[in-house]
This record gives sequence, C-alpha cells and structure tokens, in this order.
Amino acid sequence: MNSKPYVREVSKTTWFLSHPRYQRYMAREVTCIFIMAYTFLLICALGSLADGPDAFQEFLNALRGPWGVLFNVAVLAATVYHSATWFNVTPQAMPIQRGEEFVPGHLIVGAHYGVWAVVSLIILVWGM
Amino acid sequence: MSELQKRQIQLEVLRYNPETDTAPRYQTYSVPCLEEWVVLDALNYIKDHLDPTLSYRWSCHMAVCGSCGMMVNGEPKLACKAFIHEYKEGQIKVEPIANFPIERDLVTSVEDFITKLASVKPYLIPKEDKPVSAGEFKQTPAELKKFKQYTLCINCMLCYAACPQYALVPEFLGPAAISMAHRYNQDSRDGGRDQRQEVVASDEGVWECSFVGACSEVCPKHVDPAGALQQVKVASTIDWYKEHLMPWMKR
Amino acid sequence: MAKSNKPIFWGLFAAGGTVTAFVTPALVLVTLFAAMRFNMDMFTYETIHAFAAHWLSKLIIFGVILVSLWHAAHRLRVTAHDFGIRADTVVAYVVYGLAALGTLMTLVYLLRI
Repeated sequence: MNSKPYVREVSKTTWFLSHPRYQRYMAREVTCIFIMAYTFLLICALGSLADGPDAFQEFLNALRGPWGVLFNVAVLAATVYHSATWFNVTPQAMPIQRGEEFVPGHLIVGAHYGVWAVVSLIILVWGM
Repeated sequence: MSELQKRQIQLEVLRYNPETDTAPRYQTYSVPCLEEWVVLDALNYIKDHLDPTLSYRWSCHMAVCGSCGMMVNGEPKLACKAFIHEYKEGQIKVEPIANFPIERDLVTSVEDFITKLASVKPYLIPKEDKPVSAGEFKQTPAELKKFKQYTLCINCMLCYAACPQYALVPEFLGPAAISMAHRYNQDSRDGGRDQRQEVVASDEGVWECSFVGACSEVCPKHVDPAGALQQVKVASTIDWYKEHLMPWMKR
Repeated sequence: MAKSNKPIFWGLFAAGGTVTAFVTPALVLVTLFAAMRFNMDMFTYETIHAFAAHWLSKLIIFGVILVSLWHAAHRLRVTAHDFGIRADTVVAYVVYGLAALGTLMTLVYLLRI
C-alpha cells in the first residue's frame, strides 16, 4: 500500500469517443430521441384525427414537406438500429434452458427477426 | 540450428513511482520477441534483461489466475493472452487496467473490487440448515448448467476496466460482483437471494448498468457478465411487481 | 443501501423496447409513404378514423404509444447521464413528465375520436 495512488480521470462528457465500442453504444442510446419524437408525431396525428377532417388534412400537409420526409427517414434509420441491437441481445437477457442445454442464441435472435418481418408485413398491408 | 524467428517490438510502458513521481510517464523498451510470445513474455524480458525496476502482477501465465490484467493498446487484456503476433505494427502500449488507482507502474489497487465482491455474499447460503449427517446436496446436470458459466470468473477485473458506468460512477457494484451474486442465486442449493438483493438491487447495484456490454466483450473466460446483469434486472423487476402488487405473498 | 425504485421504469423500458423493436420500423415506413405521397387514397380521413374509432384499435394504439413513450423516456434519462448531465432527479422529472404528458394527450385524443 502506498500513500499516493494515482487516479486517472475520465471525461464525463466525451468518454464514449475513445473507442468504437462506446460509439456504437451511444448510437444505440440516442435512438430514443427519435423514437420519442416520432411517438409525439403519432400523438399529433391522433389529435388531428380527433379534431376532424380539416385538421387531419392540415396534419397530412405538414407531413408532406421535405422536412416530413427527412424526419421519417432519420427515424427509420434510428428505429431499425434500435430493433437490430435489441433483438441481438435478447438471448443474453432471457436465456432459455430446455433440459440441460440452452437454446442457441442465433435461434432466438432469428425467431425475433422472423416475427419482426411478419409483424411489419401486417402493418404495411394494413397501412397501404 | 537456425535462429528462431524474432521480431523487434517497441513496448511503450506506463511507469509511475509514487515515491518520486507526481504523475505517470511512459518509457519505451525495444524487445526482441519470439513469434509465439505474449505481452507478458515481453514484460518478463524487460524485467530480466532491461529494467528490473518495472513492477507488474502475473502468476499462472495461462489465463486462469486473473493476475495480469492490463490495457494493451487501449484494450483491457490479460497480458498472458495478448499475443505479440496480433500487433502487426510492432508498437504496443501497456498501461495498468483502467478505472483503478495506480499503485506503481502496472500495479493497481484492487481494494474497491474486493470490497464489492465480498458485499454480495459470494458463498452458498443454504435454504435451511442441513447437518453433514443428512447427506450431500443433490443437483441434476441441468441445475448445474444453469449457473456453471458464471463460476468461470477469474476475478481479473477486465470487465471493470471496460465498463464505462464503473468509470463514471465509482460506487457502481460492477459486472463481476453482480455476476457472482447471480451465480449463487441461480444455484439450486442456495437460498440467499433475498440477502444479496439488498446490495444487488440498490441504485448503485445492478441499476447503474445500462447494458453497454463492454464487459462481456472483454471477458477472457466468456462468462458474459452483461447477460447475468440483465437477468438480474429482469428478476429484480419481477420481484418489485410481486412485492408491490401482491404484498401478501410470502417469498 | 436501499432497494431501488428503478424496476418500475425499467419494466416499462423493457416492454416498450420490445414493442417498438417490432412495430415502429413498419409504422415509420407507413408515415414515410404518407410523407412521400404514396398511395394517397389510403390516407383518407374516413378510413383512418374508422379504424381508430374501434375500441380494440384504441386499446392497441394506447398500449403501443404508452410503452413507446416510457421506453424512450427511461432511455433518455440514462442517455442524459451518459452525456455527463448529473442532475438525475431533475432529468427524471423532465423525461417522465414528458412521457406522462404524452400519455395524457393520447388518452384525451382517443376518447374524443
């Protein structure tokens, strides 16, 4: 034991820039900003729906500008990254033991992607 | 007899002498390395031939004792498992593992980790008192498999070096300690989960974790502490709902 | 060290993360198509209002929006901390307040549809 141990400081604001692993983590985390924003877009859609056909048309018109397209593209990128990162870690968070062995991770992940495809198809068919 | 292939490697090693230095500095050594060497071999060469004052921890040289954790080119690694041939550029920076105070050169203070590990009661707490005369605990292969993975931890602390939450919040219990709690919670012979939850389910316990996953990426024994911590979160959440929605239920 | 109250928020975060992982990308595609003026006759007031007026639709819509809000809110709380903002209690009130506001708005709008 010595009386002068040296403590290395870590920046509270820029620590994640130091390694690609942390950069990927922060990219995953900031998807929440896009998801929050998009959810409020949906809420606005509901509000305009409740207010009647004119209000709803106003909402659609606002959505149809270049900013509307840009926003949706940005959210799409964020939400797809969220989905992929979420599915990929599911076996770690919820391992399934059948008998002695654990269900292989790639099966669990694959099943999630499969369900994602089916659910997406249903939503797209309904929405179009 | 032909000379064995040797490659001259530049090792930039952090030095810190608490008696004379106010801050760490780097010292570069040129080391002739054999093809199959690991960073630990290079350090031993330095100590034996170039600079006997260099201080570092090591023991088994086969990745089971957990002593030689270091930052090798910024990555938490066991020095005995960091192969020289992986470093094609021939420049290797060796520093003490991150997020621990430096005692001297590559030696860090491990006190914080040891305290935290002890705090999770990392030992079997049987459900009821069972005298030896009552016979042994029986366990099926499936029950063993349930926690086996988490027994492989060698306490090397690479996960603490990789974890940004431990870097930012020093009170955080950390990956290895919580994984060890999980190891016992998952053991069919154990009944001590409630006792461990006081520490594990606190704000400085598992809830400081944000599932960065760096710990599992650097773990040399494939323990997957990140997985253990998420499972602890799930179990703790179910606990919480049981406690608050069905308080009459005895656990 | 007392046991945390984080579980309630984390439970919603986990539920919301799962739901948003499955449904949000396709939903965004739908709104993207609307923004790009694809298939305009599908986005008439009558069709969408008729769908949203059904009690089952309202339940689903409320459920999806609820968990999406609280998932994003909790992650925002953690992200703020990761960006160096240490006033966790203040951040918690702000993000969960936002989620609560969204929840209330959704409730009100759905009741009016």
